[in-house]
Amino acid sequence: MTTERADALAAPHGGNCADGWRTYGDDAQERVGFFTDTSICIGCKACEVACKEWNDVPDDGFAFTGQSYDNTGALGANTWRHVAFIEQDRPVRVPDATPPAPHPPGGDTGAADGFRWLMSSDVCKHCTHAACLDVCPTGSLFRTEYGTVVVQEDICNGCGYCVPACPFGVLDRRERPNASVVKPDGRVHKCTLCYDRLKVGEEPACARACPTDSIQFGELDELRRRADRRLEKLRAEGWADAHLYGRDPHDGVGGFGAFFLLLDRPEVYGLPPDPVVATRHLGEMWRWAAAAAGAVVALVAAVFAGGRR
Amino acid sequence: MSGDRGAARGDAPQSYYGRPIIKPPVWTWEIGAYLFTGGLGGASATLSLAARAAGDHRLARTSLLVGAAADAASLPLLAHDLGRPGRFLNMLRMFKPRSPMSMGSWILAVSGTSSGVAAALEVAGRLPRLKLAAEVAAGLAGPALSTYTGVLLADTAVPAWHEARRELPAVFGMSAAASAGAAATLLLPPADAGPARRLAVAGVIGEGIAMETMERRIGFVGEPYRTGTPGRLARWAKALAGVGALLLGLRGRRSRTASVAGAAMVLAGEVCLRFCVFRAGFDSATDPAYTVRPQRERADARAAAAAGAQEAGPSPEPGRIAPGDGDGAR
Repeated sequence: MTTERADALAAPHGGNCADGWRTYGDDAQERVGFFTDTSICIGCKACEVACKEWNDVPDDGFAFTGQSYDNTGALGANTWRHVAFIEQDRPVRVPDATPPAPHPPGGDTGAADGFRWLMSSDVCKHCTHAACLDVCPTGSLFRTEYGTVVVQEDICNGCGYCVPACPFGVLDRRERPNASVVKPDGRVHKCTLCYDRLKVGEEPACARACPTDSIQFGELDELRRRADRRLEKLRAEGWADAHLYGRDPHDGVGGFGAFFLLLDRPEVYGLPPDPVVATRHLGEMWRWAAAAAGAVVALVAAVFAGGRR
Repeated sequence: MSGDRGAARGDAPQSYYGRPIIKPPVWTWEIGAYLFTGGLGGASATLSLAARAAGDHRLARTSLLVGAAADAASLPLLAHDLGRPGRFLNMLRMFKPRSPMSMGSWILAVSGTSSGVAAALEVAGRLPRLKLAAEVAAGLAGPALSTYTGVLLADTAVPAWHEARRELPAVFGMSAAASAGAAATLLLPPADAGPARRLAVAGVIGEGIAMETMERRIGFVGEPYRTGTPGRLARWAKALAGVGALLLGLRGRRSRTASVAGAAMVLAGEVCLRFCVFRAGFDSATDPAYTVRPQRERADARAAAAAGAQEAGPSPEPGRIAPGDGDGAR
């Protein structure tokens, strides 16, 4: 039995020091991550394919959603990279940040004001303060020496607590197999940021496969500098809505290890606009529970005041 | 504007093809059932210990056995819900205060072991000192067991659970007290069930206050507690527990029939309440409006404050912001 290291709690809310990362001491590596620049994503899904190939991720069904070119829908146990396709009736560039033109009621009159297609490759955010890591009761989820968050599949017992804990809906349980499947599962799975490839100095498969460098892998500090320069350039060109999502180390999860440049509001891409790690309020929750427990004790004691009848 | 649930979807898209932002839990009915059995087990052990202290040995024995049975039922429920039931013992691999499930595993381990030992010795009539020690351990673990489940649910990204974090432990604790009181009342003749009967009635009242306070405070994100399946369960819970408590309070002392019927209704009501809260989390996670709208309002408020701080700066995305949109259709 191991006791969680106290310095995980003492990690500063800032910089690039992820919870628990300092416990590695001299073995800690530079924190790495992804910068996904959606402004140059072409929706080729090479990242999805490369991820599946390298990590031996099973198929996620062969469904046809009818939702643009997206047939995987969302991140999950069997989708560790997910390319979103958003079709909007608005010009490609929106210099004055006007609201997107709503579909007129009673029928679409076509793209009178222009048409644009947003594509974005979503992935686990490898949060600085990771809810999945916090709530995992077995210690299966852990912080690697690279500051990333990984599930140890030989320990996970499939309790599923991390699934609703993640503010991004990244993790999911690979369903318990029926009798015909040889290898049983029932555990949670997610992006490992190709932990095995990092160990031998390779970049993750998705970043390697990306033909436009929309997915950039590197040391987080360097990625943040690069993203700042890119945002500045886009803003100067008139992309008023462009913004960095998850770059701020002071946001509700302490910044993402894998952050994004988006061209519209996060919720348009299926991302939460202001995610907060639930464990931020854990102290408060235990205090309310202690008060409730006290109330139960008081109540039980009080009912004996009236004697046995 | 359509008048459907989660009518916050205004003109601007609030999600990606209406898909959920977060994942609903993968937990199945066993966890809902455990919320009930765990609460019953915890509060029964505490009731038993208090009865022992008060010299009420008949009630002490009944509640001890009820508590041990409920704890024993909890274990297979929890193990069966795991994706890998064979790895159940990995739950005790760490002692991790940041994980309410880890804390809960230890609480249940202490409570289940001690109440099991105490009940076995009670039935066997042997080793009274060890039995008393086990009773004390179970009785002290009881309040923790009956309230930690509130933290368990609240420490997630599910809006209906997380936003209810202040009241959920109280709702569950009071529900547990009502269950423990009702279970003992059901099994004892009215003459011996006085404290248990009072606990059942007080628990129902307490849980009603806690639930009402919670729903008033959290507003929009509390909608799942009132609508759909969880809403129906909530109405059943109120009706069953309310009428049951009334029956216990008015006739429970004199009539065995009223005592049994009232206690059974309270127990059924508490089961409904647990499943109401459990199911509400799924509805809350599945509709992206509950995730997006409060966060959007928070982000917009922060952006507005930042813009106000530097007056010369450009206003952040004018016209894009519509907090409170759709309030009328609530």
